[in-house]
Order: sequence, then structure tokens, then C-alpha cells
Amino acid sequence: MKARGKPGPFTPVDLAVVCGRPLLLRQPFGADAFDEVIMGCVNPIADEINPGRVAALRLGIDVSVPGWTVQRNCGSGMQSIDVGFRYIEQGLADLVLAGGTEALSYTPLLFNHHAVEWFGRLASARGFANRLAAMAGFRPSFLTPVIGLERGLTDPVVELNMGQTAEVLAFLFAISREEADLYAVESQRRLARAQADGSLAEIEPMFGRDGTLYDHDDGVRPDSTPESLAKLHPAFERPFGKVTAGNSSQITDGACWVILASETAVEKHKLSPLARIVDSRWAALDPRIMGLGPTLASTPLLTDHGLTLDDIAVWEINEAFAAQLLACLKAWADADYCRTVLHLEGALGAIDRSRLNIDGGAIGLGHPVGTTGARIVLHLAHALRRLKAKRGIATECIGGGQGGAMLIEAV
Amino acid sequence: MKTGTGSGVMTAIASDRLELGAGHEVVRTTATQCWRHLREADGIDWLILDQTDASTNRIEPIMLEELDQLLAEAETNRPKGLVIRSAKRNGFIAGADIAQFRGVRDAAELTAVLRRGHAVLDRLAALRVPTVAIVHGFCLGGGLELALACRHRIAVPNASLGFPEIQLGLHPGLGGTARLTRLIDPLDAMTMMLTGRPKNARAALRAGLVDAVVEERHVMAAVRAALSGTIKPRGWRWRPALLNLSPVRRFAGPRMRAAANKRARPDHYPAPEALIRLWEKHGGSFAAMKAAELPSFAALLVGDTAQNLVRIFFLRQAMSKTDKRTAIGHVHVIGAGAMGGDIAAWCAYRGFRVTLADTSLKALGGAMKRAGDLFRHHYRDRHDRVKLRDAFDRLVPDPRGLGVECADLIIEAVPENLDLKRKIFAGIEPRMKPTALLATNTSSIKIEDLCNGLARPDRLVGIHFFNPVARMPLVEVVSHKQATPETLSAARAFVVALDRVPAAVKSAPGFLVNRTLMPYLLEALLAFDEGTAAETIDRAAETFGMPMGPIELADYVGLDICLDVANVLAQNLADPLPKTPDWLAAKVKRGELGRKTGKGIYDYKDGKPQKRAGQKAPEPELTDRLILPLINACVACLREGVAASEDVVDGALVFGAGFAPFRGGPLRYARTRGIADVTAALDRLAALHGERFKPDPGWQTLGA
Repeated sequence: MKARGKPGPFTPVDLAVVCGRPLLLRQPFGADAFDEVIMGCVNPIADEINPGRVAALRLGIDVSVPGWTVQRNCGSGMQSIDVGFRYIEQGLADLVLAGGTEALSYTPLLFNHHAVEWFGRLASARGFANRLAAMAGFRPSFLTPVIGLERGLTDPVVELNMGQTAEVLAFLFAISREEADLYAVESQRRLARAQADGSLAEIEPMFGRDGTLYDHDDGVRPDSTPESLAKLHPAFERPFGKVTAGNSSQITDGACWVILASETAVEKHKLSPLARIVDSRWAALDPRIMGLGPTLASTPLLTDHGLTLDDIAVWEINEAFAAQLLACLKAWADADYCRTVLHLEGALGAIDRSRLNIDGGAIGLGHPVGTTGARIVLHLAHALRRLKAKRGIATECIGGGQGGAMLIEAV
Repeated sequence: MKTGTGSGVMTAIASDRLELGAGHEVVRTTATQCWRHLREADGIDWLILDQTDASTNRIEPIMLEELDQLLAEAETNRPKGLVIRSAKRNGFIAGADIAQFRGVRDAAELTAVLRRGHAVLDRLAALRVPTVAIVHGFCLGGGLELALACRHRIAVPNASLGFPEIQLGLHPGLGGTARLTRLIDPLDAMTMMLTGRPKNARAALRAGLVDAVVEERHVMAAVRAALSGTIKPRGWRWRPALLNLSPVRRFAGPRMRAAANKRARPDHYPAPEALIRLWEKHGGSFAAMKAAELPSFAALLVGDTAQNLVRIFFLRQAMSKTDKRTAIGHVHVIGAGAMGGDIAAWCAYRGFRVTLADTSLKALGGAMKRAGDLFRHHYRDRHDRVKLRDAFDRLVPDPRGLGVECADLIIEAVPENLDLKRKIFAGIEPRMKPTALLATNTSSIKIEDLCNGLARPDRLVGIHFFNPVARMPLVEVVSHKQATPETLSAARAFVVALDRVPAAVKSAPGFLVNRTLMPYLLEALLAFDEGTAAETIDRAAETFGMPMGPIELADYVGLDICLDVANVLAQNLADPLPKTPDWLAAKVKRGELGRKTGKGIYDYKDGKPQKRAGQKAPEPELTDRLILPLINACVACLREGVAASEDVVDGALVFGAGFAPFRGGPLRYARTRGIADVTAALDRLAALHGERFKPDPGWQTLGA
């Protein structure tokens, strides 16, 4: 759901609850069967600290089930699944509820540093005269808010906005504005088709407290054309930048849950699994080129499991920015990059567009940062099932210079 | 990683313990039935009220006599402080034991009993030892009067303090009128007593009714603080004094009267007027007001209104009595129309986990909006934010019907169409939990017809709600031959948990309430057809004491639904019913369905009927013509065994149709008026208007 410049109808935990209820209704086991609840969330709100635990309790999950929250920026949702997967792999758990939530519309407006200092002086001033003096220190500039979302999407180490990191990649890999826009148009078209033909079966409708129905992601723009996108101004680096609102992921609210079960749990509760998690990898690099994270995280999944590009039927690469995603593709096709960075013997090759983000992605659906990692894994599982395909990789770049990837198999 | 059984910890450490004093020395253990007397090492005495064989403490003569003894001891022993508290989990004192007032008709005898009670509370108030009442849960009526006689009142957050006497046609009678108007703002005090609305702990603190609100874990510390003077008695002392002055009373009195008359007619409900007069006349003097309260209370209590309202109170209690708590946790409601949506919302509000199924997302959205309105209405306070959120969390819109497998009870509330209902039942029955109950909210289809095709008809039951669900307390629990007693008692327990009043009825056309209400509505339509003004007809019923006249009621329920029920009854009943006028069907066809469409028999503006002024006042005969067919149908239902007893009939009509509560129900009214007189009136009406008025044969057994 698009963030529209003011808090949306659901807080992060509201989203997690509304999303999780139908999932739990479908399960044959009771509210105390889970061993862990793990949820990704990058921007919890003050009322919902440790949103993973709050969501678990509000979902009616038994008080005896521990719950926590993971934060690895855009990797949070996938990280929560990965932790659950590793717990089960080690025999520490049998049943885990994992997912992610994000309400970017709730990211706060903050008082600037000077204003906070003034509040502090005012609060500690004793006596009428002192209070008056403290009050007199007020300046109109104190009312200039700090936009939490803007700060959150800016790398604190290299002081580059996420959009700017995409500009860096566009330059380094010679991605043109037209290429990026063309990718975005196709992504929107695929999403519109998927929404229409039921390929997004995992989407649950939501009702606001006023009864308003939210039954699809409203960022979809099936009418996007290369011409209409060409008219947009650069969003981050005017006037020459290539990254626009049209070829970037959207700022949205959303949540996603998956249930992870051991073989024992599958047999015990007679569950029918969607897919099997084979393995996962995390990698990191210079924050200025964080967008290349997917290449670093996914490639070892292939090499370590003796797989080639042909073995991967479906790819979900998060569309943080069209330019960033295209840079990854170009990197994989580049023999130099593959040799020096990925330690391959030559270029990995080209990923066929027909196997990549087949039902659209964050450009149309949006990128609720804590949710996305879980969402692309879940959608990948559904897509494999639908296509009766075997293997797929979901991967994403992560603000701060990281990448995450997960290899799954249909069952 | 989960390692233990965390769910049991709260229970294991007995987290709901009440602070009842450490009991350094037990001064008295067995000497009284009602009280335990403990002494702390620091010289503070605790009087613990714990009436035997009861889950709730009540004010009754023996309890007051024992208190009198204990106070006499305290006068000699002079402990450092005296704490009064209840050992019952549900609260302090839930008011006087009303059972003792049933059938009291001798005002003089009653006054003597009351005077004794006044003396005990006066003794408590005059005690030269600081007294502290610790209030948790209910602190109502006589219980609040006792607390008011203490110097300090300390409340625990779950406390609810109030004077609900007005709902029984009474006002406080143990000095409460005089003490409350002196302790807090008298205008606030009068509002409390005139509306009967209790105050929660926070509101009570704000009003100065209690000195402090503390969590249970700090009760002991708060007692010490009160006795040492750290917690001071609350209240703006000058304010009550000022507002009790005669000019204020002369100014405020008539305004209160106007507001009270708008809520209830003084000729039907005399208590508000008596209370207002008490304050107007004696508000300036504590002693005079307390003295005048006695005869005023006694006169009200021996009157018909109070006696009938007390009876209704007991009817409600008897009907809601259930021997078990409901085992139902998850309710699945099918159909998000007006009824289904409101049933689901009410269930969620009352704490059940609810899935509301409908294939139409639009219908679900509408139901969720109305549910939100209901939740917000009940949780207006910003402190109730979490309760509001939890209510929303419990209500799950379920477009795919996932709730069927998890539900302990499934309530069907789809349109009245036998084939549709059967199809739904066939689809869900194989998916239901073996222990789950299946219910239908049908008002016109025979339960037996729905049993056909079910693998397990034994677990089907009718649970028939009335519109609007949030305001109508009655729910008909409809039995049929194949239903097991377990099914019926589980349905009853569920209705009680919803804070609704269950009426056990047998499956028969229209069940009890619609069957008896329909002759009344149809007779009104016929009179209208004959040319009597709608306003005149409604006035006749309102003067009798109905909350809404029959024409307005027909519009309110919806003319389409009236027509539907009338047709069903006409087809299935032997009772002769007035013919539905032809224009009714025509109106329904035109879409003039009543309030919901803005036009019915009346025109509607903002949901209010536009009644014309200056219509003729009704003849007394018209009232009989409307009301007696209803009572006649009640007698028929009783004779046919649709309802088991006169009590159930009276209760059902009061709680389900709003039949004038102060008259005690239709059959009580007939008995008060005289069976012979009523049947004679019916015979007269039969001669005038036709056979449909002929007294039912059941009157004979009733008269015997």
C-alpha cells in the first residue's frame, strides 16, 4: 500500500496482525505450537518496540512462545526466515513463524538537534526567570523537522542516499535512462498482469478500521510507457541523474509471514509445504555500491551447490532501483567482474528476462523495507509451484552495502 | 528458543490475590456470618466482608447488625484505623439484597427496617477512628452508601461506583442521596443517581468520590498513607456547599426535571421526580435530606412501578442463570449483512475471537465499518486505546471462510432462503470440528426444515438475535426435537457470555417475540388503514408505556421484513391475524421500506420520523385494540408450549420487544388488571372488530 505522506491506516504491527491472521486460521495446530516468532522491521514505531513480540501476542500466539525482531535494513524479512531456517537446521526448533513488516508511512518527523537541546534546557530550567530565559531561546528554525524516512534511506557512513548509490552504479555500468525506464515499464506491465490473472495468490485483502477495503497493491501503473516515464525529473540528482520515481521502488506499507517447519513438524501436523529452503548466503561490500549485493550473495549459492544459471528456473531480484538491478545483470555478464570479484573462471552469463521477476516487483508493488525479503522468498515459492519448476533464488541488495540470497526448491 | 511452559506462570504464582491485611492477629474468626476481623501489628483493624455461601457481598439486615457489633467494639478499643474491604473477587458490595424487597407492600414496616440501617451507617460515619473503605469491582447502591460513610475511599482501578437504584424505580435509601450530594458536586451527584450510570475509578477520582486510585499491590501502603494523613480526603468542600444553596437548587431543579421527563414519563416512572423533589426541598440540610429520603424511598418501593421493575430484574437474573461457563472461544459468523455483521461485532466486543465470512468484500467492508463504530462507541476514552485495538484484532474478516475449521460455534445469518441455508450447511458441516455447535439466526424458517440433510442435527440450534443487536438484550434460543440438552445449554451459556438474555423457546412459526408482536403491528396498520392517524396510534402505545409506537416500529424494523414475517405467520399459524393491507405490499414494491430508505409510513429526516403535531388524542379503546392482541398471542404461545412459563414470556417481551418494563411484562399486566377484565375487553373487541380478538382458550387455565 502506497505511503501517502501521512501515517497510513495500519501501524507496522497492525499490518503484521492483519496479514498473519488468515495464515494462522489455515493451520491445524494451536497457538502454542510455535517455537519462535521472528519478524523483520526496520522502522518500529514508539508504541510497538520489539514489534515481533507485539505481533505474536496480538495474533493470539501463546505467551510462552518467544518473539523478536531483526533489523538488517532491506534484508530484514529474509534474515528472519534465515534465522528460523538455521534454528530448524540445528534442531533447535520445529515450527517458526517468520516474516517482516514495515509501515514507511509511519516513519516519524523528528525535531532537529537544536530544538531537542532547547526542550532539554526548558525542562531542566527551575524558577520563573530561568524558564523565561530558556523559553526566549526559541528560534523558528527549531520547527524545521528532520524527515526520518530521508535520514533512514541515507547511508550514514558514506552520506549517500540510496538513490544516489543507484546513480553511481548507473554510471559505472553505463546504464542509460532509457534502459532503466524500459525495465520499469515491463515490471509494471508484469505486475498488472499478475494482479489480474491471480498470480499473486498470496495477497490477503485488508480492511481499515473505517471499513475501507485494501485488496491490491495500489502502486501499480499499467499505463506506464517509456514516453510517460521519460517525462519524470530525476528524483535524487538533478538535473542529470537517471534515477527517477518511475524507475525506483515505491515507498509503501506492507507485511508478509511464512511458516517454517522441520520434517518432524510437517509430519506431526500433516502440513503441506510450499517449498524447501536449501541454503542462504549473506555478503557485504562498499556501501557506495550496495546495489551489487545480489551478485555477491547469490553467486556462492550457485557454486557451492554445483549449479549453473540453467538450474535456476526463477529469479526474484528485488527491484530497489531499475538501474541497480540492471547493473547486477551486467556485472554477471562481465567476465572481468566475475573473475576478479566473484572468483569465477569467466562470466556467469545472462539471466533470461523471462525467468526474472516474472510477476513484477518493487517498482510497482513497493518496497516496505522490513517486509520485502520475506515477500520475495514467499512469492518465489508460489511462482515455482505455479510453473511446476524446481529451483529458484530470491536475492536483494541491502542499504549499507550488503546482499542476501536464498535458494529454495519446490516440493 | 522455547524452553518451558511460560503459559502457566501467572496462574502458578496466584497473581490475582487481594490484599486483605497481613492478619497479625485474628481477633474474630467464627463469631459472625459475614465479617472477619483482623488486627495488624501496627494496630490497624481490618473488617473483611465475606458473606458465606455467596459469590457476591450484599447489604442485608444481618450483615448490618454484625457491623453494628463490630463498630461498638471499635468505639471501645479505638484501633489506630479501621479498614473495610471485601474478600470477594468480583467486588466490594453489589448493592442491597433486592430479594428482601420483593412483595413488600407495607411502607411503615419498611421504614422501620431502613431506619435501623441508617443508624448503623450513622454510627460508622460518627466513629472516632479513621475509617478507610478499599473498593474494587462493584461498589453499587447500598455498597456505595456504606463506603460513603467511611472517612476515606481508596479505589483499585477496576472499581465501578454508582447508584443504579433508578433502574429499579427507586433512589438510594441508606442515606446515599444526602451523603453523595455533600461529598461531590451535587449536580454531578444528581446526574449519577438520575441516570444510574456508574463511575469507573478514574472518573470517581476526578469527581472526588474516592481519595486515591492505587493498584492492588499498593493497597497496604495506601491504607497507611490515608491513616497517616498523606492521602487527604478529596473534594472541593466549598463547591458542594455552594451548589446546594437554595437559589442553585431552584435554578437546577426544573432543568433536571425536564431532562428526566424526556427519558421517562413521570406517570410511569415516579422515582426521578421523587429524587429531584428531595434535593430541591431538602438539599440545603444534610439531616433533613437524610430524614426525608426514608419515607420517599419507602413510598417508591411499595409502589407498582418499583415492584414490577424489581420483578423484571429477577427475571433477567433467572433467565441468565447458567450452570457453566461457555467453552466457546472462536465464533464463525456466515453472512456480513445487517444482522450477521452486527452479531459478529458484538461477539468480538464481548471478547470472542470472531471470523466473519462473506463472499462479498463490499459487505465485509460495511460490516467492519459498523463494527468500528460499535467498538469506538464503547471505547471512547483514550485510556481504552488498547481495548479498542484488541477488539479490532479479534474480529477477522474472512472472505474465504477459513474460520469454519477453527470455530467452536458457527452462526448462520444469511438471507431467509431455505435452499441457500441448506447449501451452506452442506458445505460447512464436513469441515466443522466434531465438538463445534451450529446455529441459525433465522426468524421465520422452521429449524426442523434445516435439520434435513444434516449429518448431525443434534448440534443445530436456533440463536435468534434482535435488531439492533447491541441494544436489544434478548436472544431466543430455539430448541427442536433433535437438539441434545448439551447443545441447548451450550447455546444458553454462550448467550449469557454475550451479556444477552436467553429465552428458551420451542421451534414454532415466529418463535415467541415475532409471533406475539405481529398481531400488534398488523392491528396498528389496520387501524391506520381505517383512517386513524399514525401519530394517534403511536401515541396510544407510548402512553401505555411502549418505547416506540407500532407504526414507528414497523418503519424501524422495515416494512419488507414486517410483510415477510406476516406472510410466514399467516401461512403457518392457525391464529386469525388481521389481513395485511394491500398498500403495504405496494409500498414495499416501491422501495419505501421505512427508516432505512428514508420513507415508509412516516417520512424520515436524519433517521427521525417526521410526525405531525396536533393529531387527535387516542381513545382509550384504541390502546386495548393494540395491546390486547399481543397479550392474547402470548397466552396462545404459553398454551402451545412455545415458552415454558409466564416469566419467560414476560421477560422475552420486555427484553426483546421493549414491552413497558414498569408494567412487569404482558402477562403480569393482564394479571394486575384482572384476567376477567381482559377477556371481557377482548370479547367486546371481537364483537366490534372481528373474530381475531376472541380470547385464546389458554386464558381459562391462566385464570384458574
